Amino acid sequence: MIALGHYLIVSGILFTIGFAGVMVRRNIIIILMALELMLNAANLSLVAFSRFHVDPGGALNYNAHVFVFFIITVAAAEVAVGLAIVVALFRLRQTTHVEDIMSLKF
Amino acid sequence: MMSPFLFWMFASMMLVFGVAVVINRNPVASALSLVVSFLALAALFVSLDAYFIGIIQVLVYAGAIMVLFLFIIMLLDLRVEKLRKINWIASAGGLAVALALTIQISSVVGRLGIAKKTFPPLTRSTSDDVHQIGLLLFGNYNLPFQIIGVVILVATIGAMMLSRRETR
Repeated sequence: MIALGHYLIVSGILFTIGFAGVMVRRNIIIILMALELMLNAANLSLVAFSRFHVDPGGALNYNAHVFVFFIITVAAAEVAVGLAIVVALFRLRQTTHVEDIMSLKF
Repeated sequence: MMSPFLFWMFASMMLVFGVAVVINRNPVASALSLVVSFLALAALFVSLDAYFIGIIQVLVYAGAIMVLFLFIIMLLDLRVEKLRKINWIASAGGLAVALALTIQISSVVGRLGIAKKTFPPLTRSTSDDVHQIGLLLFGNYNLPFQIIGVVILVATIGAMMLSRRETR
């Protein structure tokens, strides 16, 4: 049978893939996609814990679902603003590569 | 609950296409891999009896956010950026940190006592989950719900201001 730990491990591996994407890739759009992967890994573990913690009457506890709903909403807002920044940056510098943007580098 | 075969199928599909997002050099291929990864994740949500969240995942992520990504990739025409030398030192460092994180997460989960327990059975039907989530959203979580509405409004205005062309 599938236990809670299986979902947690899968969620952890997904988070790690997103983390590695942020560390390794230099294209801002790919970095934003990897950020989405990390947010979704958190959502998966939240929903798994919610399914594990059943109310005494045998009913599902929906608090985590509301939380995941909020996370998805914030992620949508974040992507909208992030991609608008990428477009503005591309208009200014003609690049989406983080190594070409060095103004703030020490 | 879902059968173990379906769980492993969707989990491996999600992870394989998640890796494909990171290793593809072409941004369009990355975006399409992300869509498949999110669809498999939606199937995992359904396997946890979270039907509403699974549907929201497909609608919002695979439907709206990915279209936004593809639209921006099309708008910026990123083909010229495809061929660039890989920075092997940064890649190796990133992979090492990611590997360390994986080992830490699996050791923590391995020591967690409740991680080996299977999910308890549900005695009540979960077919009314939209109703239950709606009750929580407009009752207990009414204030956060309104704040999130303001966040979305501010994000919309911000995105419009950022992408506006200066006209003087």
